[in-house]
Amino acid sequence: MSGFDLIVVGAGIVGAACADYASAQGLKVAIVESATIGGGTTAAAMGHLVAVDGVPAEVALAHYSLGLWEAFADLPQAEFSRCGTLWVAGDEADCARIPDKLARLTAAGVHAEALDTRQLYELEPALVPGLGGGVLVADEAVVYPPGVARHLVDRAQRQGATLYRHRAALADYGVTLGDSTRLHGPVLVATGGALAELLPELPLRPRKGHLVITDRYPGLIHHQLLELHYADSAHGEAEASVAFNVQPRPTGQLLIGSSREFGKLGAEVSMPIVRRMLERALHFLPALGELQALRIWTGLRPDSVDGLPYIGRVPQRAGLWVAAGHEGLGVTTSLGTARLLVDQFLGRMPALDPAPYDPARVLA
Amino acid sequence: MTERYDVLVVGAGPAGLAAAQAAASHGVRVGLRDAQARAGGQVWRHDVLAGVPRLARRSIAAALAPAGVEWLAQTRVLLAEAGDLLVEDPQRARRLEYAALVLATGARELLLPFPGWTLPGVTGAGGLQALAKQDWPLAGKRVVVAGSGPLLFAAAATARRHGARVLGIHEQAGREAVARFAVGLWRWPGKLAQAMALRAQLLGTGYHCGSLVRRALGAERVQAVEIEGQHGVQRLDCDLVAVGYGLVPDLRLAHMLGCASEAEGAHERISVDGAQRTSIAGVYAAGEVCGIGGRDCARVEGAMAGHAAAGAQARAAQLQGARRHARAFAAQLRRHFALRPEVRGLAEPDTVVCRCEDVPLCALDGYTDSRSAKLATRCGMGACQGRICGSVLAELGRFPRRGDRPPLFPARLSSLSGEAAANPRDA
Ligand SMILES: Cc1cc2nc3c(=O)[nH]c(=O)nc-3n(C[C@H](O)[C@H](O)[C@H](O)COP(=O)(O)OP(=O)(O)OC[C@H]3O[C@@H](n4cnc5c(N)ncnc54)[C@H](O)[C@@H]3O)c2cc1C
Ligand SMILES: Cc1cc2nc3c(=O)[nH]c(=O)nc-3n(C[C@H](O)[C@H](O)[C@H](O)COP(=O)(O)OP(=O)(O)OC[C@H]3O[C@@H](n4cnc5c(N)ncnc54)[C@H](O)[C@@H]3O)c2cc1C
Repeated sequence: MSGFDLIVVGAGIVGAACADYASAQGLKVAIVESATIGGGTTAAAMGHLVAVDGVPAEVALAHYSLGLWEAFADLPQAEFSRCGTLWVAGDEADCARIPDKLARLTAAGVHAEALDTRQLYELEPALVPGLGGGVLVADEAVVYPPGVARHLVDRAQRQGATLYRHRAALADYGVTLGDSTRLHGPVLVATGGALAELLPELPLRPRKGHLVITDRYPGLIHHQLLELHYADSAHGEAEASVAFNVQPRPTGQLLIGSSREFGKLGAEVSMPIVRRMLERALHFLPALGELQALRIWTGLRPDSVDGLPYIGRVPQRAGLWVAAGHEGLGVTTSLGTARLLVDQFLGRMPALDPAPYDPARVLA
Repeated sequence: MTERYDVLVVGAGPAGLAAAQAAASHGVRVGLRDAQARAGGQVWRHDVLAGVPRLARRSIAAALAPAGVEWLAQTRVLLAEAGDLLVEDPQRARRLEYAALVLATGARELLLPFPGWTLPGVTGAGGLQALAKQDWPLAGKRVVVAGSGPLLFAAAATARRHGARVLGIHEQAGREAVARFAVGLWRWPGKLAQAMALRAQLLGTGYHCGSLVRRALGAERVQAVEIEGQHGVQRLDCDLVAVGYGLVPDLRLAHMLGCASEAEGAHERISVDGAQRTSIAGVYAAGEVCGIGGRDCARVEGAMAGHAAAGAQARAAQLQGARRHARAFAAQLRRHFALRPEVRGLAEPDTVVCRCEDVPLCALDGYTDSRSAKLATRCGMGACQGRICGSVLAELGRFPRRGDRPPLFPARLSSLSGEAAANPRDA
């Protein structure tokens, strides 16, 4: 029987970040992961570190986290590449939305600038002719999420944390592991899409996404490119939606997204949505058509009901905390999530107002 | 663009050709597709000097001639969806619907890592044969052929025909094992004749049993090999080294369709019943995908699958005896040319295993499944998607490769998107 200050269940990017920060604060931490570290949704993600405007509390958490990511800029395992984000405006109606978008990002503290047509094509000559302009966020970056998760768990272990490779079930003030070991202490549930197994009272919908990776074509594009309407897909309620979202990997490969589907639980690739997604990508970047695709894969984004993650104490459950439900932004917001959660756990004043993320909001 | 066939055959080697011919004899509409530029598969690959053997010529003509057989070369199957396949040729993508499907996707060569195996000038044995047939310049080149199995003879003979000086054939299996194999050959007179013909073409070329290429040496390209044989370790200067350790069934399309498979040594083959039916209704398999069995076995199984796929179960059943006989030969091959443990120990810690992503063997220490290893090291993430390193790691006893995803071959993004590929059922 072992006692801990905090037992973190789940070593995706969110659990790994929490375990790392908690152990750095001197807590005696246990990490419980039943599968590959960073092998869940974290291994399916694009790894774009980005502030998506729309839901103010989400932008705030993203912006806070982006500052924390700077500490990883030189870490080889993170494969950090500061390619910047370029939001592309399609037509005139899109262009009319540029000032609004700029204002929302700036209000959240994000450094963004508007681009006119000439500037847009100077930066990205491969874009289809006829686009109206865009918004550039030059500081944003991409990382390799499973590499970061492994690094955070390794570092937590060096800071004294203990890793258990088992499935955890909740027990009275602690967890029981697959081999019947009992761990005692407060529990942080960071099980991503599997949240309902341990905390069924917190609603979570899987939102399936597909990605396509290409062979190496260094220099074709330079920034992560997204359509200005991206947030309509990300925050919308449509059963199925696609958006133009292409990333230059540090390897020279292109990672092409993105799709969102509710009600699809399997890992299988479904071509109808892939076709729609690629059609959208080819519309903005016609040169993609002749490039070779190597692999298509899928991932399930853990989506809370209101687009904001659950971060904090679980109401009516003694000694239970949660950090889950980050939908399509959990890589970006993992570092801020860890601070917000552990600071509350330690009774400190967090850097952000924790209220919007409080799980109590959905149980009222 | 969508086409519909009663019987669709994937792969135009001996198995696929026999299947197309058998199916067409029942008057149904047959489609035959292969990624290569010509029909014939690996064994009957067209040779710019010598063409193809008489049997191959006849088999190809017999399969492609009948009305009802629609043959298209340079067509790769990218992925399978319910009831159809998405294929790509150099111009466009198409969708092929079928009532019955015959998988005759054959095998690929088993390459095993040893220090220096990634140097230019080192190829597989089958790889060298294919290059020679495409008129890769070999005249006067000093070539060492090594590895295991009868393919070494064929590769050496082809290389000689194209002007190479074959310095020797080095078979890893011991002299006794090979002798026992040769003694048993009388039961398969066709094989015996084939073996004798090859031997005659190779007069003057040494055949060394119990002999291994341990290392390839050279700076920019291979200049010499280190061979360990009956007489200890020996260094041999050469221009090319061809090393192949036999064949591994290519199951990727079968797995994508959900067909059940079973172990064949460290690898897998498709499970079929007495009529070459796989576990998936309407999907048949024949030839090397059902286990390495050679040309004659492939022809019999192809014919059975073709008849059965066209609904002529009784005709298929008549061939069961011939199939058993041919499969018994395959069992002999496997037994007598079994790999010695030393072969699996040739790679050193810094020997590259994943050639696409430059991952050395030692980087994989401590991983017990292919997915964790891939996520941490990029092993298998490259253009070949683990086709080479997956078989290597299975053979070395590390872990089997799991989790193939579409496309089966690198594919143009335009083929995976848009009109060309649109499925009427999408809506
Ligand atoms: C296609 C796609 C693209 C994306 N792109 C981006 C992007 O560009 N930028 C971005 O910021 N985000 C992106 N995301 C979102 C991001 O991937 C997720 O928000 C994030 O990975 C969630 O992390 P997690 O740790 O909560 O979940 P997971 O990574 O799923 O981790 C949960 C872990 O808990 C373990 N577990 C579950 N139950 C138990 C149990 N009972 N006992 C022990 N262990 C257990 C699981 O094995 C798993 O490892 C993307 C997502 C998808 C699907
Ligand atoms: C930033 C980033 C870059 C990457 N770059 C590359 C790259 O260059 N090359 C590359 O190959 N990969 C790349 N990967 C992807 C990686 O190989 C995995 O595909 C990715 O982690 C998605 O994992 P997955 O869950 O789909 O499982 P995979 O690792 O893709 O394995 C497939 C899993 O899904 C299951 N499965 C497969 N098909 C089905 C089906 N039809 N129905 C049900 N289950 C099925 C399998 O059993 C297996 O468990 C990258 C990942 C990231 C995060």
